[in-house]
Amino acid sequence: MHFADKQISKSTTIALTVRQSLIMAYRGLIKVRRTPEQLIDVTVQPILFTLMFAYLFGGAIAGNVHTYLPIVIPGILAQTVLTGSVAIGVNLREDMDKGVFDRFRSLPIARISPLAGALIADAIRYIIVTVLTFTMGYIMGMRPHAGFTGVLEASLLAIVFSWCVSWMFAFFGVIAKSAAGVQGISMMILFPLTFLSNAFVPVNTLPGPLKWFATVNPVSRLVNAIRMLLEQGKTGTDFWLSLVGGVVIMTVFSILTVRAYTRKAA
Amino acid sequence: MNSNKLSATAVQAQDLVKIFGDNYAVNGVDLSIPAGGIYGVLGPNGAGKTTTIRMLATLLRPDRGSAKIFGYDVVKDSHIVRQLIGVTGQYASVDEKLSATENLFIFSRLLGLSSRDARRKTTELLEEFGLTEAAKRPLGQYSGGMRRRLDLAASLINQPPLIFLDEPTTGLDPRTRNQMWNTIRRLVDEGSTVVLTTQYLDEADQLADRIAVIDRGKVIAEGTPAQLKAKVGRASLELEVADRENISFATEIISQILMTEVHVTATDLITAPLADAEVITDLLLALRNARIVLSSVSVKSPSLDEVFLTLTGHPTEPTTTVEN
Repeated sequence: MHFADKQISKSTTIALTVRQSLIMAYRGLIKVRRTPEQLIDVTVQPILFTLMFAYLFGGAIAGNVHTYLPIVIPGILAQTVLTGSVAIGVNLREDMDKGVFDRFRSLPIARISPLAGALIADAIRYIIVTVLTFTMGYIMGMRPHAGFTGVLEASLLAIVFSWCVSWMFAFFGVIAKSAAGVQGISMMILFPLTFLSNAFVPVNTLPGPLKWFATVNPVSRLVNAIRMLLEQGKTGTDFWLSLVGGVVIMTVFSILTVRAYTRKAA
Repeated sequence: MNSNKLSATAVQAQDLVKIFGDNYAVNGVDLSIPAGGIYGVLGPNGAGKTTTIRMLATLLRPDRGSAKIFGYDVVKDSHIVRQLIGVTGQYASVDEKLSATENLFIFSRLLGLSSRDARRKTTELLEEFGLTEAAKRPLGQYSGGMRRRLDLAASLINQPPLIFLDEPTTGLDPRTRNQMWNTIRRLVDEGSTVVLTTQYLDEADQLADRIAVIDRGKVIAEGTPAQLKAKVGRASLELEVADRENISFATEIISQILMTEVHVTATDLITAPLADAEVITDLLLALRNARIVLSSVSVKSPSLDEVFLTLTGHPTEPTTTVEN
């Protein structure tokens, strides 16, 4: 044994934390490659929802499908990308129940790295959702005025926002007792957030209290910001509000998540 | 490169307590484990072995008491402690969905090895643990023994001076168990300290330099296997005569010479406690002079089983309790 040659460190550095998180993300990606079926939600949902909502509500809400597309595609993008962020909770819960998490806990690595790694690996899911949603929109005839740049910016915003929100679901994953429980509570939060917004219908058609909620709902801000990027290629108040909102959610829940995780860990 | 002077005591635990609900899983465990050699933590299922190990390995926070690994506190200096230990759990702590190569590579990278060194280390360990052929296969197809080997290999990546093995051979077939024993002995020869838990007395007897017997969350005895055996006292003499007719005559002679009580079992085995091995010569001569032909003679040392029974008042039957 050559232990005497090695340096003992008292704590990890930020550079090491980032490095370890990326290695954990690499592990996540290998797992995705092994079990591609875990991508089913992010592949089927954007295709199904775009077709369903556009043809179901298009005529009623906007007169025809073509006019409805610029309204509904940003809505569906926000919804599907957020739904994609729920999986992190379930996956983390399942992962943490396995023996390998014991090993991670016993290694001299940053406590946050298994969590951060899983969250980073999830970027692949958001990218798939975003690409598929816009592809569907394009096939159905949507041509955003801001062109490809607008699409790219809108995609980035949606991904960053969802990534921030996924910390909330990661928190449920860490504190929940079972994966089914995580799924339940996450859906209960996600449904009102995505549907009680301006994602599918104009807010001014809603009754008082609902209208109020839909207006303050951060998902509405996100949807507005995406629409603006796509149609005008501009970043307005909604852009900054959704970005700040996302960062606030992430800050709060990353602290809570890491705390809950370390408490369980040691 | 600085040289680390590690304390000569690998583990120093004082009054460790862990409570689950209202169950005292560990109820005041004291341990002092010297560096070097194999230390066995012996006890039945549910005695608190795993919980103790998990606290020492920074996986569980003690509710009371303290523990130091080479002088570093498991709670306050957990990051340092994690650099000094390797842990192999009761349930393989490797990634089921990954191959052996991927598992070892990722753990190596996490421990700070460069991509190139991690690959080299992975190849080395796979070779050493006889997993090279199966390296690319997903773990789903691994046997229990292969999984344990991979698990142990993963614990050795950074060559930790202290290795915790929680029931390393439970569920293994005798051949694989022997391989595991050899691997453990080799680790110690290379300078590591190994702390292993086991429910098998035989395993503790074969491997451990010192043993702590744990029952119901407490250490009830500690010492070398020989010291523990000495606690239940003397060896015993067992012999069988060729002709059943001679049993009572033989019993009489034995009783006279050993000056103790002699028992005859239902299978006609004559047994007697043996305080002094010297008297066997006299006894055998006396039996020959009486023309009693023996079919077998043996002297039995007390087994750890007997030690356990004496200490706990209950035998080491595997119970159905699941250790938390």
